[in-house]
Amino acid sequence: MSPQGTVTVSAGTGYNFAYLDEGTKRMIRRAILKAIAIPGYQVPFAAREMPMPYGWGTGGVQVTAAILGAADVLKVIDQGADDTTNAVSIRRFFTATAGVATTTRTAEATVIQTRHRIPEAPLTEGQVLVYQVPIPEPLRFLEPRETETRQLHALAEYGLMHVKLYEDIARHGHIATTYAYPVEVAGRYVMDPSPTPKFDNPKMDDCPALQLFGAGREKRIYAIPPYTQVRSLDFEDHPFRVQRFDRPCALCGAEGVYLDEVILDDAGGRMFVCSDTDHCETRRADGHTGEAA
Amino acid sequence: MAHTLAHGFADPVHEGQAVFRAAMDALSRPGQIRPLATTLAPPAPLIPELAALALALTDADTPVWLDAPLRAEPAVAAFLRFHTGAPLVDAPDRAAFALIADPARCPAFAAFSQGTPAYPDTSATLILAVETLSNSAGPAFAGPGIRGTAHLDAGPLPADWASRWAANHAAFPLGLDLLFVASARLAGLPRSARPVALEAMPCT
Amino acid sequence: MYVAVKGGEAAIDNAHRLLAEVRRGDPAVPELTVAQIREQMRLLVDRVMTEGSLYDPDLAALALKQARGDVVEAVFLVRAYRTTLPRFGATEPLDTGGMTLARRISATFKDLPGGQVLGPTFDYTHRLVDFALEDGADPAPAAEAKPEADAAACPRVTDLLGQAGLLEPSPPDEGAPVGDLTREPVDYPADRALRLQGLARGDEGFILALGYSTQRGYGRTHPFVGEIRVGAVELEFTPEELGFPVSLGTVDLTECQMINQFHGSGAVPPQFTRGYGLVFGQGERKAMAMALVDRSLRAAELGEAVVVPAQDQEFVLAHCDSLQATGFVEHMKLPHYVDFQAELELVRRLRAEHAALAAEPVQDDPTLREAAE
Repeated sequence: MSPQGTVTVSAGTGYNFAYLDEGTKRMIRRAILKAIAIPGYQVPFAAREMPMPYGWGTGGVQVTAAILGAADVLKVIDQGADDTTNAVSIRRFFTATAGVATTTRTAEATVIQTRHRIPEAPLTEGQVLVYQVPIPEPLRFLEPRETETRQLHALAEYGLMHVKLYEDIARHGHIATTYAYPVEVAGRYVMDPSPTPKFDNPKMDDCPALQLFGAGREKRIYAIPPYTQVRSLDFEDHPFRVQRFDRPCALCGAEGVYLDEVILDDAGGRMFVCSDTDHCETRRADGHTGEAA
Repeated sequence: MAHTLAHGFADPVHEGQAVFRAAMDALSRPGQIRPLATTLAPPAPLIPELAALALALTDADTPVWLDAPLRAEPAVAAFLRFHTGAPLVDAPDRAAFALIADPARCPAFAAFSQGTPAYPDTSATLILAVETLSNSAGPAFAGPGIRGTAHLDAGPLPADWASRWAANHAAFPLGLDLLFVASARLAGLPRSARPVALEAMPCT
Repeated sequence: MYVAVKGGEAAIDNAHRLLAEVRRGDPAVPELTVAQIREQMRLLVDRVMTEGSLYDPDLAALALKQARGDVVEAVFLVRAYRTTLPRFGATEPLDTGGMTLARRISATFKDLPGGQVLGPTFDYTHRLVDFALEDGADPAPAAEAKPEADAAACPRVTDLLGQAGLLEPSPPDEGAPVGDLTREPVDYPADRALRLQGLARGDEGFILALGYSTQRGYGRTHPFVGEIRVGAVELEFTPEELGFPVSLGTVDLTECQMINQFHGSGAVPPQFTRGYGLVFGQGERKAMAMALVDRSLRAAELGEAVVVPAQDQEFVLAHCDSLQATGFVEHMKLPHYVDFQAELELVRRLRAEHAALAAEPVQDDPTLREAAE
């Protein structure tokens, strides 16, 4: 057997560094390189069965495992928070299998795995943002067949998507898609940004960091290279607009950030706080306060 | 005659990861020159950096094509077969990766797999060992991964290189992706890199 | 002051401890051994091996113990273990014609060479709860005749029919490599070998329901059970350095060959066609359902219109895997605060606009205008 077939097992865990065997990592790495070369195109890859359930981040975990090196500093967030149970579980997985340093500070991380949010702090050139993706195909709810959607992408035939968005306008007066809002990448492929709120879409455009997307159950990897044009689909008379919150974070006073609504009591009391917990904590450490702090 | 086979990665896990990360960075930021350290000492004319990428990216699942100077040295094939297990193919259009030691005689791009409209990712990746590799001069590019414009000067390359690249980019999303290696460094040129005519630049 | 929810780490640790506690149950009751599960819950073990794509009765039994008897969870454990195993190569094709039979029945011929071998089956039991089992009954007296039939005298029914040209032949083995859907993502349309892999790994309940649907008018294929055979088959492997096959031992299998009516086409005379099912251990329900769905999925190949779910390979293959299905269904338990907030904002806005519209005819009323803002 050639050395490419050997298995190196880290002491203690019984598994290779970052869990995946080297052959699987090479397969994923090759898919990542092609994904980078064809921004927004979904590269099929032979996703493995991971020790956590499909739909819980297996695609993101495989991408992270394939790129991670011993010197990386990993941050894992779910809904913008580092302390949600699934974020904790994935961070522990990499601590146990790769022994890499972890952080909750966006600025300190070299690899950030995320579900449903893009951090509020601007990303930098040294960083890679890895998204967990449930349904990578932006056209899936318009056309359930893979054989059909593949042809539509090949022909750059995205009329269906515009019709869907336009029907929203006809019915509701505006586009009723609030998350997983489709984008056009580098003027060619229409792409699903994963179920991030459309509030985060503008952060994908011209971003200094590399953005990688992993869908385990659906076996697809795609990418947005740094400094790539990412345009949210819209119409001249109905331009793309993000959600706006009419109050600042109750804890740190931040404005222009995405907020979680917290129900305080059964009498209708509620407050709005930063969804990005690191952003909120950093601001409070810097002396910013909100009305509830 | 008995050869002693040149060694592979001393630490396949971490060296393979480091070489891949350099390639990932290079391809996602065309025009940037990335450092590529390796202790490999493969048989000539396979240079250590070319060998490092082959070991990091290829295996039994990836047919590999070697250019004439690499094919002419049996020790190169023996080294690659042993360390990667990749099938070496004679037909360039069957290759997932092409290793090119003599870039000035790089075959026409059409000789390699371009991918298909439904699966553009099935195109070949060319890894070329060049003597010159810098980003302070040379043709300019724009597009994904590039802030504004970037230069990439690699050589020696065939005289019709500029028109080859223009055609390669024009076929997007089909097309080849290139990795250039030179002593201790690496640069990438994905098919998405659009050639920019700055001011009627002379062909370098 | 409000304090954001914290404590994910501690919560997970506690959940794991609670799980271990309920898994063990009442400590006064003796703990199950893996051997007990393997021997006495064998059909469950067989199902976990089949859907887990790994023939290892001890591992499947251990997985069932760890999973508190949850089949999908046990399959999950087996699959996640399987994915880390090194691969040495592929065995020679199994010859089920040479099976050491424990059971063999045909519904198409009353008698046939080798005869009908009922073997161990629930088929003719009366489903009356046997309270004698509660306290451990004495073992039943040994069967009168040795159930194992002579393999040489038991040709497959499909081979008998095939000789007369009444049944389509098995596709010839052209030596082409067989795809592996655990190593390459499925590319539609998938060939029959890949479809069979998907069906074999597929959830028994889902495959059963799909097979059932073809019998109830959603794609009728007029099936007959040509043969079901259950028994042990020798596994052979040819190591590269030897160049000839060596035996690795035997695996227990259930094979079902369904025979279906086919009216023929311009190029092919009328003849019977086949649907095929194969599972680890004894799993007749799954093997039969798999054979029905396999035949149904051959619609396009046989020139039949693809109109019902069981004929639609994207529908069947994309949804039959219990791990993919359970993962995605159950991931709805994960927090979706962010997306829900986005929807909440939209619904509030739409409601405000709706109220504004309703308010228009009487817009001079200041209280209504206020409510619309």
